[in-house]
Amino acid sequence: MAEPSLAQQSFLEQRRRRLRAITLARIFIFLVFLLIWEMSARLHLIDAFIFSSPSRVYNMFVSMISDRSIFLHMGTTLTETLLSFFLVFLFSLLIAVLLWLFHSLSRILEPYLVVLNSLPKSALAPLLIVWLGANMKTIIVAGMSVAVFGSILTIYTGFSEVDPEKVKLIYTLGGNKKDVLRKVVLPSSIPIFINTMKVNIGLCLVGVVIGEFIGSRQGLGYLIIYGSQVFQLDMVLMSIVILCVMAMILYQGINLVEKHCLKRF
Amino acid sequence: MNPLLELSHVSYSYHEVNGETLALSDISFTLESGSFLAIVGPSGCGKSTLLSLICGLLKPEDGSIAFRGKPLREAGANIGYMLQKDHLFEWRTVYSNVTLGLEIQKKLTPEHISSVDAMLETYGLSSFKDARPSQLSGGMRQRAALIRTLALEPDLLLLDEPFSALDYQTRLSVCDDIAAIIKKEEKTAILVTHDLSEAISMADQVLVLSKRPGRVQRLVPVAFSMEERTPMRSRNAPEFKDYFNLIWKELNISG
Repeated sequence: MAEPSLAQQSFLEQRRRRLRAITLARIFIFLVFLLIWEMSARLHLIDAFIFSSPSRVYNMFVSMISDRSIFLHMGTTLTETLLSFFLVFLFSLLIAVLLWLFHSLSRILEPYLVVLNSLPKSALAPLLIVWLGANMKTIIVAGMSVAVFGSILTIYTGFSEVDPEKVKLIYTLGGNKKDVLRKVVLPSSIPIFINTMKVNIGLCLVGVVIGEFIGSRQGLGYLIIYGSQVFQLDMVLMSIVILCVMAMILYQGINLVEKHCLKRF
Repeated sequence: MNPLLELSHVSYSYHEVNGETLALSDISFTLESGSFLAIVGPSGCGKSTLLSLICGLLKPEDGSIAFRGKPLREAGANIGYMLQKDHLFEWRTVYSNVTLGLEIQKKLTPEHISSVDAMLETYGLSSFKDARPSQLSGGMRQRAALIRTLALEPDLLLLDEPFSALDYQTRLSVCDDIAAIIKKEEKTAILVTHDLSEAISMADQVLVLSKRPGRVQRLVPVAFSMEERTPMRSRNAPEFKDYFNLIWKELNISG
């Protein structure tokens, strides 16, 4: 390859510099926030017992690592979130395909789906505890309940918006409805699957934490409730920080999947 | 011997909540094997509906369509349909796009595959087999779409404004390309277009439809006194202008 021109080199250099500046600014904001928080706690501007401080959160984290208890809670929340995420994807794909195959079914069920989707799912959590018991199953169902209806609606809408001319093409090539599904509808909906996954992973985490609030003996949601009840705000804030990091990592995981899949779209 | 295709008194209406629209009324014509028919008419006159009827995607409300003397549904007619846009799937390679029809009809046999390979070779696409459709030019995409249709070895080829998505320059050359391919593969074809010069340059006969509801306004046989007819040469032939004026006048009577 030829050496890029000077103008191109300086353009690339400028672009690199701007990207670095953005990253630095992000880190800077984070550090300033931590510093202000820590300083105001140390200088007694805020009550560290209620507002905690970065160092107290850190110490709490270290002590829970050393007695290994944190791994149980993190592992529980992560397992429940991932399980409900995969189940949501499986269920919504299956139901969306059924709705697409049987158009009258989708017309009949539409109002039910819309109502279930707009219902605040936290309202269901106490019921689930009573019906299914205070165990992992309940938490997973709670996680699913937040995401599954919206996910069905999004995927089904994506299916119905497939270019009718592309559908016609399959029929002109002698295909039937099953061919339309396999050759056009499913492959052309892959970007929609990815977008739904991005939304769902966050929603499942929300649902799982709600479930853990009311019916669990372990998990980060449990730690938050327990910590607030015994006035261990360090524990509450630590759990929240861990949830932030977890959400970020899960989202990035889907971004990786997306980069891999969307090369072709 | 029965003609390849015979339409007698075919009518079709679209039904909606707001009422019905008569799209085609009393259409009759016959098509001999090996000929090239162009259908022109004002927009909305039911040209594409006519192709969907011939292809069997729609069922005529009145009248009948016979293929080699038998009703279309029983004739087991192998009809290829080329849509306005190429609709090559970006998630497939060029090769798996052109074999899509064979894949659907479970005809991926060695003979069919080798005939596809031969067509890709002849029409300059064999080095793009593993490329994505987006890497092809507009003309190449259209050729790939035609090969996809021809791979099923249709007895009759329906072309629904296959060049309308191309810019003018590409359009002229793709028109020549496609005409040459159809001639070489000895296919019978029906071309729907609203471009009069395209119709005259490619077809043996031009069917002029009236405005909605579409009726047969006139069937104009087109003949040029030249050997080795191609669309580009036809455009330069002295008779071209006369055909153009004749069909133009017919269209304006109807409009």
